[in-house]
Parts: sequence; structure tokens; C-alpha cells
Amino acid sequence: MDAAVTGESIEDIEIQLLLDALYRHYHYDFRHYARASIKRRLLQARTQLGYDSISAIQSAVLHDETILPRLLNYLTVQVSEMFRDPSYFRALREKVIPHLRTYPSLKVWVAGCSNGEELYSLAILFAEEGLAERTIFYATDINPAALRAAQAGIYPLDRIRLFTENHRLSGGHSSLSDHYTADYDRAVFDKSLRERTVFSDHSLVTDAAFGEMHLISCRNVLIYFDRELQDRVVGLFAESLVRGGFLGIGSKESLRFSAHADHFADFVGDERIYRRNVR
Amino acid sequence: MTLQAVVIGASAGGVQALSQVLPALPADFPVPIMVVVHIPPRRDNALVDLFARKCRLAVKEAEDKEPIASGTIYFAPPDYHLLVETGGTFALSSDETVNHSRPAIDVLFESAADAYGPGLVGIVMTGANHDGAQGLRALCAAGGQGIVQAPATAEVATMPEAALAACPAARAMTLEEIEPALEAMVER
Ligand SMILES: C[S@@+](CC[C@H](N)C(=O)[O-])C[C@H]1O[C@@H](n2cnc3c(N)ncnc32)[C@H](O)[C@@H]1O
Repeated sequence: MDAAVTGESIEDIEIQLLLDALYRHYHYDFRHYARASIKRRLLQARTQLGYDSISAIQSAVLHDETILPRLLNYLTVQVSEMFRDPSYFRALREKVIPHLRTYPSLKVWVAGCSNGEELYSLAILFAEEGLAERTIFYATDINPAALRAAQAGIYPLDRIRLFTENHRLSGGHSSLSDHYTADYDRAVFDKSLRERTVFSDHSLVTDAAFGEMHLISCRNVLIYFDRELQDRVVGLFAESLVRGGFLGIGSKESLRFSAHADHFADFVGDERIYRRNVR
Repeated sequence: MTLQAVVIGASAGGVQALSQVLPALPADFPVPIMVVVHIPPRRDNALVDLFARKCRLAVKEAEDKEPIASGTIYFAPPDYHLLVETGGTFALSSDETVNHSRPAIDVLFESAADAYGPGLVGIVMTGANHDGAQGLRALCAAGGQGIVQAPATAEVATMPEAALAACPAARAMTLEEIEPALEAMVER
């Protein structure tokens, strides 16, 4: 059969086979990620890692597991900022925190935490609001290198200007510089911020729900999933939240396409903050 | 192959250039139009309001997973790449900048070329960088048609020049010529 019959390009077939192989051998499941973006990134990996074809990547990664971390850096996107979209954090501070204050202890899940920018933003916000002592944070991701970076909490000093401006716009009432020490060209965030954080390798695609969360912040992760997978993950969030718990997602993400959307009500619509229904 | 979609990329001077082309399109123009303009990463998309007032076609910001409808002009949101999936829906991504831009013209053009093949026309307008050149080349390689704003008529010629260099098969046109050329490509 030629391409005119199947309508599928050789590259598309190779990509499907590579994703199947990654799942079967390593249990990394990218089969339901938004395909156009995965394709773009795999073609980039092919060029930059010096392979002739996607099939060559497949062969390499199956026979040599040291290729996997490099490939993961293409298949996952580590773009983040502290207090990214300051108005989201302002809405958490002004609208969600008053509800969270009523609980004697709190669990917060940062799903897809990347290099930790979102986690430290929340940890600083909770410290500023006097809730840090009673909160346990769970920071999860599938990229081990990202998790290690999150655990270290060190960022290039040249990113701090943006982080500081974002923090200010989010309504922060400490100075960001209270929370890190500058060391040459790096900002090292205070250990105390992650004292009550559990870091773990957890996939929203293949792993189970977490129990009894009061707030889940999962931003700019769903956008990489197809509708079917988004649906599964929204179900996982519904299952992981206490009744009346909160879910915040990215500013261009929505629960609209999910069959599980009826577990949630808009809480701060513009900021994509939802509340788990009581029933 | 009949036209299925139009993609447009514009940078410095782009709002002016688009203002000469998009409002000229009739209300029954039968295919979707997707536009990337390089804009600063702000939350509010002023472009949508601006062109909604000027255009006869519906104008909106493209949303993640949204089915693509004909007769609509879609703008990429600030700070996100806009991609087309083969099933006829949009995808957004917050990947790294491409050509120092997010949204990037190359990202839209390359994914649309994959999705529409020969049913696509791509237009590169005024701008001070090289974004769109690779994308237009991919679009033409997939059988689509390339149009480039004639560099001498562009506010900034760099981007059209780069596009023509990367994709010699593309036709250079003045802004006035673009709308009639699109009309001639659609079937009614
Ligand atoms: C674009 S970053 C978002 C970072 C941060 N949440 C933000 O909004 O700035 C996406 C993150 O999701 C992670 N990710 C991708 N697939 C995942 C999965 N199946 N389970 C958990 N995390 C995943 C990636 O490794 C990456 O760290």
C-alpha cells in the first residue's frame, strides 16, 4: 500500500511505533499527547541528537537506556516561571486562601511541577499567608531531571528579575529576595520552603489518584494531552480532591471537553480555578 | 486541490498590513484563516477586538482543542504557539520560543502543512526577523501555495525576503493583490 491509500506518512508511522515502544519497554506513555507538538519535538530530537530517522531513535532508545533521559527532555516541555500569570496567584491569595484557612491541615498537589518554579511560588504564597506550617506539598513530575532541579531550587540569577516582578504583581507581601540567597550567578531558594514537600515521580497518565487534596495546581500540562487523556486526568483530579477542594489549571486550558467537568464548578472563571462539587 | 485553509504570519508592521487584507474578505469566505502576529506576551488579545470591528468574517482567539470552523479568522493567543492537529482541531503549546517568538509563524505553518497538505495557502507579510521562512518552505514542500508580501512594499522587508529566499516557489504580491488571489482559489 502506498501513502495515498493509508493517508499516513512514514514519519507518522515511525512516531506511533516509537511511542508504542517507549510505553511497552519503559512504561512512559506519550501515546495520547497532542500529536502535532510531539511530532515537532521528535523531529527536533532527530536533528539535534544526530539520528537519520525516528526509527533510528527507536532502535537506540530500546537498546541503550541512557538515551531515555535525553529523549524525555524533548518529549516533555520544561518551560516555566515563578508566579507565571500573576493574576492566577493573586486569585488564589484573595479568593481561595480564605477557604483554605478554615482547615486545620492542608494538602496541596503541584502536578507537573517541572523545575519547581510553581512549587516555590505556592510555598512562598502559603508562607506569606501564614499557612505554611499546616501544609504538606506534593510535587510530582515524570521527568527525573526536572524533579531533581525542583528539589534543588536553584535558578539562574538572570531569571530573578522576571520572578520578582511576577511575585509583586501577584500581591506578594514579602520581598522575593527574603526567600533566596544569591550565589554568584545563581539564586538558591531557602530549604525551609521545601521542608514540608514530598517530591515524587508520578505520571498523570499511568499512575493512580492521590488522596484528599485541598488544592491541586496543574498548569500547562493538560494542554499537551489529547482530549481523551485530558478527560482521564480531570477524572483523576476529581478523585484526588476533598469535596469543596480547589483545582487550578493553565490560563489557556479548560475543563470544557471533559466528561468529568460536572464534578466541578467555576470558582474564579477568568483564572481557570475550579471547585470540586460537594456532591 | 481546493483550498481548505489559509495561514498568515506577520510581525513588525503586521497590524497595518493585515488591516488591508482581512477586512476585504467577504462574509461568506468559505475556509478558516489562522493568523500569527508577533505580539508581546500580554494576557489580553487586543488584536481580536481590533479585527472583529473591522472584518466581515467572525474573528476570535484560537483555543486549545477547538474544532476549526470555516469562515472564521483565528488569532494565536499571546505567549502560546498555535498548532493545527490532523483531525482539524487547534492545539496550543507553551514550548520554548522559536525564532525568539511565541507564537511563532513556523510552528503554525509546519503543523498546518502536515494537516492540510496541498489544500493550504500560506502568506508571509512584513517583519524584522526570519520567522515564517522555514514554515513557508515546509508548506510548499507539502504541496501548498506560498504568497509573500512583495518586499519592496513591506514596512519591513526582512521577513518577506527571508521567506522568498527559503521558498522560491512562493509568489510575491502587493497587499492589494492578496485578497483577490485568495478569492480566486476558493470554490463556491
Ligand atoms: C510546560 S511544564 C509546566 C510547568 C508548570 N506547571 C508551569 O505551569 O509553569 C509541563 C510539565 O509537565 C510534565 N509532565 C508531562 N507529562 C506528564 C505526566 N504524564 N505526568 C506528570 N507530569 C507530566 C513535564 O515533565 C513538565 O515538567
